[in-house]
Amino acid sequence: MTELSQQSAPIVEALERYKSMRVVPFDVPGHKRGRGNKALVDFLGEQCLTVDVNSMKPLDNLTHPVSVIRQAEELAAQAFGAKHAFFMVNGTTSAVQAMVMTACKAGEKIILPRNVHRSAINALIISGAVPVYVNPGVNNELGIPLGMSLKDVEQAILDNPDAKAILINNPTYYGICSNLQAITTLAHAHDMLVLVDEAHGTHFYFGDDLPLSAMAAGADMAAVSMHKSGGSLTQSSFLLINNEVSEGYTRQIINLTQTTSGSYLLLSSLDISRRNLALHGKEIFQKVAEMAQYTRDEINKIGGYYAFSKELLNGDTVYDYDVTKLSVHTLEIGLAGVEVYDILRDEYDIQIEFGDIGNLLAYLSVGDRRLDIERLISALAEIKRRYAKDKSGLFDHEYIKPQVVYTPQDAFYADKEGLPITNSIGRISSEFVMCYPPGIPILAPGERITGEILSYIEYSKEKGCFLTGTEDRDIQQIKVVKES
Amino acid sequence: MNVWYTEEHTPGVRFSMKVEQHLYSGQSEFQKIDVLQTAEFGKLLTLDGLVMVTEKDEFIYHDMIVHVPMATNPSIKKILVIGAGDGGTVRELTKYETIEQIDMVEIDKMVVDVCREYIPLTASKLDDPRVNLYYEDGLKFVRNKENEYDLIIVDSTDPFGPGEGLFTKEFYGNCYKALKEDGILVNQHESPFYDEYSHPMQRAHKRIVEFFPITHVYQAHIPTYPSGHWLFGFASKKFDPINDLDANAWNQLGLKTKYYNTDLHVGAFALPNYVKEQLNDDE
Repeated sequence: MTELSQQSAPIVEALERYKSMRVVPFDVPGHKRGRGNKALVDFLGEQCLTVDVNSMKPLDNLTHPVSVIRQAEELAAQAFGAKHAFFMVNGTTSAVQAMVMTACKAGEKIILPRNVHRSAINALIISGAVPVYVNPGVNNELGIPLGMSLKDVEQAILDNPDAKAILINNPTYYGICSNLQAITTLAHAHDMLVLVDEAHGTHFYFGDDLPLSAMAAGADMAAVSMHKSGGSLTQSSFLLINNEVSEGYTRQIINLTQTTSGSYLLLSSLDISRRNLALHGKEIFQKVAEMAQYTRDEINKIGGYYAFSKELLNGDTVYDYDVTKLSVHTLEIGLAGVEVYDILRDEYDIQIEFGDIGNLLAYLSVGDRRLDIERLISALAEIKRRYAKDKSGLFDHEYIKPQVVYTPQDAFYADKEGLPITNSIGRISSEFVMCYPPGIPILAPGERITGEILSYIEYSKEKGCFLTGTEDRDIQQIKVVKES
Repeated sequence: MNVWYTEEHTPGVRFSMKVEQHLYSGQSEFQKIDVLQTAEFGKLLTLDGLVMVTEKDEFIYHDMIVHVPMATNPSIKKILVIGAGDGGTVRELTKYETIEQIDMVEIDKMVVDVCREYIPLTASKLDDPRVNLYYEDGLKFVRNKENEYDLIIVDSTDPFGPGEGLFTKEFYGNCYKALKEDGILVNQHESPFYDEYSHPMQRAHKRIVEFFPITHVYQAHIPTYPSGHWLFGFASKKFDPINDLDANAWNQLGLKTKYYNTDLHVGAFALPNYVKEQLNDDE
C-alpha cells in the first residue's frame, strides 16, 4: 500500500501497477484494452484504452470502495476539508441529486433559490421533496439573479420550520456568492441541513482570496464539479459530506442511480486532478485570477461592455464575488449576450461558456494562453465596432418570480395534455423550459405559465438561445397539467 | 564534421542546409531561437526550428513586402510593422526619406536582441530615429489604434505559435480600423503549394477580403521557404496596386534593390491558375 499523502494518487498508481502485470483480460470491457476496436484506439490513443478497465480486486469498486478508491476518496476529503468525499462519475448533476435525496424524503421541504440548475429540480421530481423557493436578489442594471438575501432565507425558515434542508449556489454561474457562513449558521440553528451546489466553486478550496467554500463554512454537503475549474474529465465530480451526515447512507443514495461500471478514466482523472490542486492549486488559481482581472480591465477599456467584479458587493445578495469568472454585460452595445456568444463562435472561432439575455460568460482556466485572451478581447472590440446598435427593445432581465402551484413531482407525474405553447397562458406546466446553457429553468414543472414567461421564452428563441426541456423538440408544444 | 539543419516542410518533405557553426541557441518566453552559420545561405535564424530568415535570400522577401505598397502610394508617411523581429522590413522602409514614422511591434524582444547581435545585415536600421520599437502582442497593439496609419505590414511567423493571433478575423478587422481612409495592408500570406500552408493562406485571404474593398495577392520565389513559392496579400481601402503604380515616380527615387523593380511589381500579381482557384475557393 502506498503512503497516504497528497503526493499520492492511489487509483492512478493501482492502474499503473495493473498495467505492468499484463493481466490477460477475460472480463469486460469487450474492446480488450483496445485490441478489439482499432478505430477507437486510433481516435483516443492506446494509453487511454489500456486503462479503460472494469472494477476488480486490485482496482477496487466504486459502489463499495475498500481499497484504492477508498484511499483516493480519503485524500480528496482531506484536500477539501471534508469528512468524506465521494467520487462521482455521473456528473455533478448526480452529486446534486444525491444531496437532495440524502437530505429529504418524499413530502419533506427543502428551501432553495429558484435560480438553481435543473439538476436540483430534477432531484425534486425523483424524490418528491417539496421546494420552498427563495427569490434571489436581482441586479436591475445587469438583469441577473444574484444570491439569496439573509433576510429572505430567515423568513423562509421561519415560515417553514419543518423544512429539512436548504440548498445554496456557491457561486452562481456568474460568480456571485450569498452569505454562506451566516446562512449555514442560521440553518443549523433551526436544525436544517445545508447543501451547497459548488458546481462552479471547486477552486474556492484552493485559491487565496477566493470566496468561502462550503466545507470551510461548516455546511453539511457540497457538490463540486472537478471537471470545471478542477481540470478533470467531463462528467467527473466530487460529493463532499461533513458533520453528522452518514457516509453509509449517502453511499446508498448515490448507488440508487449511479452506474455500477464506474469509468476508470473518470476516476483516475479525479485522482490526478485532486493531487494537482492539492499541490499546485494556490498558484494555479492565482494565475487564473490575474488573467481574469487583466481581461476584465481590457474589456472595460473597450467601452460599452461591462465586465463586472467585486464592485457589485453589497454585503447581502452579492456577499462575495469569484474573481476567476469573466462575466460581461453586453446590453449597452445593443446586443444580447447570446448574440455576442453566437458571433464569437460563428465569425471569430471563439467558443465561450454561454451567453444569455444580457450577459456572456467566458470560462478562464489554467489552460488559457495570453494570446488567446488577446483574441477574445480583440474580437469583442471588433464586435462592438461592427455590430453595436441602439439598445432599445432589448429584454433587460432574466429572472421571473415563479408562481408555484404543484410540487415538481406532482406536476411531472400528473395527467397532462399538450398545448401549443402560445395558448398555454394560465395553465400549469408539467415540463421544464430553459436555455442551455446555463440550464436554469425559466419554467419548471408545477409552475403557472404567464404572459411574461411566454414573451421571455419567445424573446430567448428569437435571440438564438438553445431552448430545451419540453418533450417537443421545437418547444412549440408544451405539456400542461390537465384541469379536472 | 558533417552537420545539417533540417526543416520538415511537410511530413513527407525535408529541406536541409549544411551547418558550419551553431552560433546561438536560446529559449524566450515565446519560442526557441537559434542562429546557425550555414555553408550556402550565410547566417540562418530559426524560431522553433523553422526558417525565418537567411542572409542569402532575405532580400527577396523584404523587397517584396515593402516596395510593392510603397511604390503604390509614395506618400505613405506613417507605418505600422507587426512582427519583423529580424529588422529586414524596417531596413527597407528606412530607405524612403519621405517616411516619417515607423512603429514596429514585435512580441519577442529576444528575437530582436539576437538579430542585432548576430544578423546585423537585417537588423542594422532598427536604431533609425524614425523607428519606435514596441515589444508587445501585435493584436493588442492594433486594437487600441484608430485611423492612424498609411500602411500596415504584417511580417509574422507562421499561423501557429506566437503568430497565431495575427491570422484571425479580429486582427484584420482591427487593422482595418487602425488604417486611414486610404490605408494599405500587406500581409505575409504563406505558401499556396503544400496544404499545411495553403489552408491558412486561404483563410487569411478570405478574412481580409471581408474587410477591404480592394484585395490582390502577389508572389515571390524564396528558396528557403517551404516550396519556395510564397504569397503576399495586398489589401487597401483606396489604392489599386497596379492601376495606381507610378513607375516613373518610384524609379526616380533611385533606390537600389536587388529583387524588386517596377516591371516585376506588375508581374508579381499574375498568379498561376491553381493559386487563383484557391483564392476563389470558399474553402
